[in-house]
Amino acid sequence: MPRFLKEFFDRNGLGIGSLMLGLVLFWTIGLIILPQLSMLDFSFRPNLPPPEIGGPKDVYTMENYKYLVFGPEGGSQDYNAVDLKVFYRTLVAAIFVTIFNLILCYPIAYYLAQTKGNHIRIFALMLIIPYWINEILRAFALRIIFGETGVLNNLLVAAGIFDTPFDFVRNDIALYAGLGYAYILLMIFPIYNVIESLDRNQIEAARDMGASWPMIHRRVVIPYAKPGISSGCTMVFMLSAGALAAPQILGGPSSLWFTQLIYQQFNDNSDWPQGAAYAVVLLVTCILLVLALMRVFKVNMGDIGK
Amino acid sequence: MSAGVGVDLENLWIRFGDFVAVRDANVHIKGGDFFSFLGPSGCGKTTILRAVSGFLDPSEGQVLIGGNDMKGIGPNKRPTALIFQNLALFPLMKVWENITFSMEIKGASAKERRKRADELLDMIALPGQGDKLPSELSGGQRQRVAIARALCAEPDVLLLDEPLSALDLKLRQHMRTELREIQQRVGITFIYITHDQGEALTMSDNIAVMRAGVIDQIGDGKTIYNDPSTAFAASFVGENNVFRGTVKQVQGDKALIATNRSGDLLARISTANQGKMKAGDDAMMFIRPEAFALAPAGTQGDHFVTATVTNEEFEGNSFNIFMEGEGGKEMKVSLPNLGQSFDSHKGQPMTLQYDVQNAVALPAGDLATE
Repeated sequence: MPRFLKEFFDRNGLGIGSLMLGLVLFWTIGLIILPQLSMLDFSFRPNLPPPEIGGPKDVYTMENYKYLVFGPEGGSQDYNAVDLKVFYRTLVAAIFVTIFNLILCYPIAYYLAQTKGNHIRIFALMLIIPYWINEILRAFALRIIFGETGVLNNLLVAAGIFDTPFDFVRNDIALYAGLGYAYILLMIFPIYNVIESLDRNQIEAARDMGASWPMIHRRVVIPYAKPGISSGCTMVFMLSAGALAAPQILGGPSSLWFTQLIYQQFNDNSDWPQGAAYAVVLLVTCILLVLALMRVFKVNMGDIGK
Repeated sequence: MSAGVGVDLENLWIRFGDFVAVRDANVHIKGGDFFSFLGPSGCGKTTILRAVSGFLDPSEGQVLIGGNDMKGIGPNKRPTALIFQNLALFPLMKVWENITFSMEIKGASAKERRKRADELLDMIALPGQGDKLPSELSGGQRQRVAIARALCAEPDVLLLDEPLSALDLKLRQHMRTELREIQQRVGITFIYITHDQGEALTMSDNIAVMRAGVIDQIGDGKTIYNDPSTAFAASFVGENNVFRGTVKQVQGDKALIATNRSGDLLARISTANQGKMKAGDDAMMFIRPEAFALAPAGTQGDHFVTATVTNEEFEGNSFNIFMEGEGGKEMKVSLPNLGQSFDSHKGQPMTLQYDVQNAVALPAGDLATE
């Protein structure tokens, strides 16, 4: 038995230790790894009617992946331009949402973490309570705000800023706002947690030595908050790229999110293998992108867990 | 480095809501002085330091540095550098980057900064340690890095907020000497905050004794120790034995005090209270443990004290004798160990005498509780 396991059992006793270990293993293997492996398996199989499953035609194939890149066999185009474009746009938009979220949340997190007093608790509560409302309702609420005859347009037209209502939905502004709003807590709290443990004297020491506020943030606060920033960014990026409700409700008629394509394959086309292949591509690309960015910004895997 | 920039506090008041943290402080610190604010925790000494460094605005009155009013000038624009109690080194920067952070702010090149860091590391006797992280250094080394970082900004005034309090006793005593040496080498004004009277006495040119927002006394160490102007200063700085009573008679610069336990005793009225004490006033008399000498048993008089010995201990350089004293507090007497024989008096009365010059009479007042 490896030492850490032995220590774990020594500390928790055999009964509780086995229970905890069993639950964790069930969680990771039974609920995460096995279903994902099954998806991976699906993605390499042809879409067959049930009687033929396990038959001679049920062999591993790259067909589903080829479809994403090249489109249907004998199609009119060399590449599956429509789906690839959606894929690309989804990733770019998810990155954009993440950056926008970071810019919005860093000052809030800093303020929450470095200010003392009861009003901070009220402030934090005001951030949390809207999340008691479910995601779909929140998305519809935003649709009401951003709609053509919505609250925002009424206000802007009444104020004389626009002559005619602006189509926030068609221009994807509603979508970005919805995605951004959906995950701000996941950005704020990791950053807040880290900055809260930053010794205020360090900020004062930097100020005492003549540093300006941008300099203090660049050299003292942000390097310290880096684990929180990367953990927040990772979560927001992953969840934005994989979001379904917000794009479904707030996306314009012409703009598809890649997850919507996956949904269509599973649900409308009943083509699970194709859907699985799309999902695998999205997952792997997101993971590789995150790992690459972590390397660029010199973040360790261990920092993310902080 | 520009030497000799003085700091003046004029009628300084600092309030937090209804709480008065500093009450009408008037302090004039000469340029190049090693000046300490000494007082128990919560007495307002750190508040004063924050007002000098610019992190806090006075409610009333002025802070002048080099004769210039600092009102409206932020901490980043003042010619001061502050060393924090917990040092506040930047944990993610290397030692040399920490030290030269003030140069980085001004846009100095990495080469220039590195050179300056090496000079300063030599000065604080940590050569070649520039590439380490602060967490890789010992407590005393971090202490010195914090000093180097503050000095790198070439301040006119260095402010130190109990920087030695986190160190162990031996290192603390060593750093006292070192701090004093550094101060004399660079020649700039040091303002030092401490609750440790030993630190204040050994390092400072001048000391302000503070209590509950009020400055009780300003003077050099010897004056404060030998000639305290309030009961608080007498009891806070060094060990002291108090005798409560009333003034029976004033005889020139001396007062005869009718003490509650030890009869009428004669003491010198402290310089600050000359002419202010009169017969019938509540008074306190203070005699240091080392100011006593043995006297023939049972001798009576206005500079003899007789009390029962409750405990005795041998400290190497002295015999400490504890006797029944005032208000449940033991009276302590230290007799230097000069190789003389010493008979135990435990449980028996013992008679002591003192030189009237070494007993200080003061108006009754609050005593230090620490």
